[in-house]
Amino acid sequence: MDQTTLNFIVVGLSFALYFGIAIWARAGSTSEFYAAGRGVNPVLNGMATAADWMSAASFISMAGLIAFVGYNNSLFLMGWTGGYVLMAMLLAPYLRKFGKFTVPEFVGDRYYSNTARVVAVICLIVISVTYVIGQMRGAGIAFSRFLEIDIFWGLITAGAVVFVYAVLGGMKGITYTQVAQYCVLIIAYTIPAIFISLNLTGNPIPGLGLFSTMSPGNAGEGQHLLVVLDQLLTDLGFREYTATTNPWLMALYTLSLMIGTAGLPHVIIRFFTVPKVADARWSAGWALVFIALLYLTAPAVGAMARLNITTTMWPAGIEGEAVAVDELPDWFETWQVTGLLGVEDKNGDGKIQYYNDANPDMAAIAAERGWEGNELVTFNRDILVLANPEIAQLPGWVIALIAAGGIAAALSTAAGLLLAISSAISHDLIKSVFNPGISEKGELLAARISMAVAICVAVYLGLNPPGFAAQVVALAFGLAAATLFPTLMMGIFSKRMNSAGATAGMLAGLITTCLYLFLYLGFFFIPGTAVLDSSQYLFGIPPTHFGPIGAVFNFAVAYAVANATAAPPQHIQDLVESVRIPRGAGAAVDH
Amino acid sequence: MSDNQGSADSYWAKNLRLIGTCLVIWALASFGFAILLRPLVSGIAVGGTDLGFWFAQQGSILVFLVLIFFYAWRMNAIDREHGVDEE
Repeated sequence: MDQTTLNFIVVGLSFALYFGIAIWARAGSTSEFYAAGRGVNPVLNGMATAADWMSAASFISMAGLIAFVGYNNSLFLMGWTGGYVLMAMLLAPYLRKFGKFTVPEFVGDRYYSNTARVVAVICLIVISVTYVIGQMRGAGIAFSRFLEIDIFWGLITAGAVVFVYAVLGGMKGITYTQVAQYCVLIIAYTIPAIFISLNLTGNPIPGLGLFSTMSPGNAGEGQHLLVVLDQLLTDLGFREYTATTNPWLMALYTLSLMIGTAGLPHVIIRFFTVPKVADARWSAGWALVFIALLYLTAPAVGAMARLNITTTMWPAGIEGEAVAVDELPDWFETWQVTGLLGVEDKNGDGKIQYYNDANPDMAAIAAERGWEGNELVTFNRDILVLANPEIAQLPGWVIALIAAGGIAAALSTAAGLLLAISSAISHDLIKSVFNPGISEKGELLAARISMAVAICVAVYLGLNPPGFAAQVVALAFGLAAATLFPTLMMGIFSKRMNSAGATAGMLAGLITTCLYLFLYLGFFFIPGTAVLDSSQYLFGIPPTHFGPIGAVFNFAVAYAVANATAAPPQHIQDLVESVRIPRGAGAAVDH
Repeated sequence: MSDNQGSADSYWAKNLRLIGTCLVIWALASFGFAILLRPLVSGIAVGGTDLGFWFAQQGSILVFLVLIFFYAWRMNAIDREHGVDEE
């Protein structure tokens, strides 16, 4: 049986599982559609949150993101996990106590203002739509790479699968499907990692293997893996793996990702599904346990795969001869076909020299040894995860699992985002603003229609991604950090914060962040409209790092305006008192 | 009523103090040892590199985990002490 057939079978089986769950977990009420009836076990909710959170980018790209830069990109590991500490202590338990269904609903009710509610809906939609484009793209690529089907049909299939369980089951269907998707993706990610770690260091736990010594039979036997890697990379003219460049910018970017993570609405609403406030606290811990299983493994996968590929290129060490074109391993040939790896024998010696030809220090060595430029011309970072099972010489079903895992990671995140978007439309716009008299049945239908429309829009945007897709991800984190996070936090921690203050603060965060992004990246990211370039960053801060500064603007403007205007009415102050204590959360269940 | 209010205030003050303590440790493990204070702890070797690198790629995440569970456990106990836990 060839690999593609095997991939089809494993991916097909995973879809059958998701459909089975969808039929079992149909939603019968708005409470089930928006919040899974608040009956989800905190451990299962943790698992669902982990799948919700870990996107195609976490699964496929993060190891490569770290491996090609080294220490500096550890900021993604810390930024995307540290936000859970903020969420667990500053937002999740209180928002669960509040006992409603959406993030804009808290903003609208707490600040007794439909203007605040609509501004929050706008922030939520901008954040979630930009995010969902990346997921649809990721799903499409996973389909086309593993199943060799056209990206158009890949996206249609992805949309159809999400449609079945999200429209039918709402949050309930999505939650239990995410639990299954988490299991698929974590098994797919860790099995190859364990084998590679065993191979190189003899330690089965990749996170420990990363700091262990090379086991017998490997180059650099007895030395620490990171020492061997550092030596290899500097010899080839690359930057040392463990070196620091700019610690202050690294800290700022980490903080931006942390605050942004805590303010992402599709993650926050997951904590509305557990029965009690105490469960929301535990559940945040469980979510991080399940996320950490992948995040602690990813840096090891990255470093080990980079080491493996580099030694493949230099089988006799750097002092010896480079690998001959006709001696490249089979997996190398396979991935060359996909265009993720590419070689070009520039000096025509029948061997492939891989080194950093952009480093001027390498010129003398290259001239002496007759190299005419780096010959590993394409080295896509995603290859580090995708080719892992083949590098570790694992059987075909493990490769098929990677396919199912990548698709699961993309679909689970897309479904969570689509639910956040559709519930904001049906619950916050239709029910709260335009048609307050709508019946329960009517709202459930509206929620299902919003979901169906959101899926169609997401598929369309996945097929025709706006040229600025890459920049927009920075926008999503920056906006979440600068708008929703401070507004939600002040709503809980400041009784004095009023409607005018919060609305002005949200707008200040939104406008300063957008402005800073647009000035450097072009207005609405239209190429050629950027006013300033990267040499003119304010205090050297790149637009991707702006989130915390936008948040400071939000806080400052909100406090200034709130202190100049009347305190919120008594019933709002009582509401703040009540979200601060857990007792009575059960009463909020039936809404 | 005033007693209730007093208890509510001290409950909230305890929560804020607990959050403050946890966030100091949170910042120390990530922005501190892993990034800004890395040169200070660079003398401590861990598996072929320094403590700061280990904190950046493993340690900080483990500290975050412990913090969240510790907070949940302490807060649930404080809820009971103040009689504001869920029945």
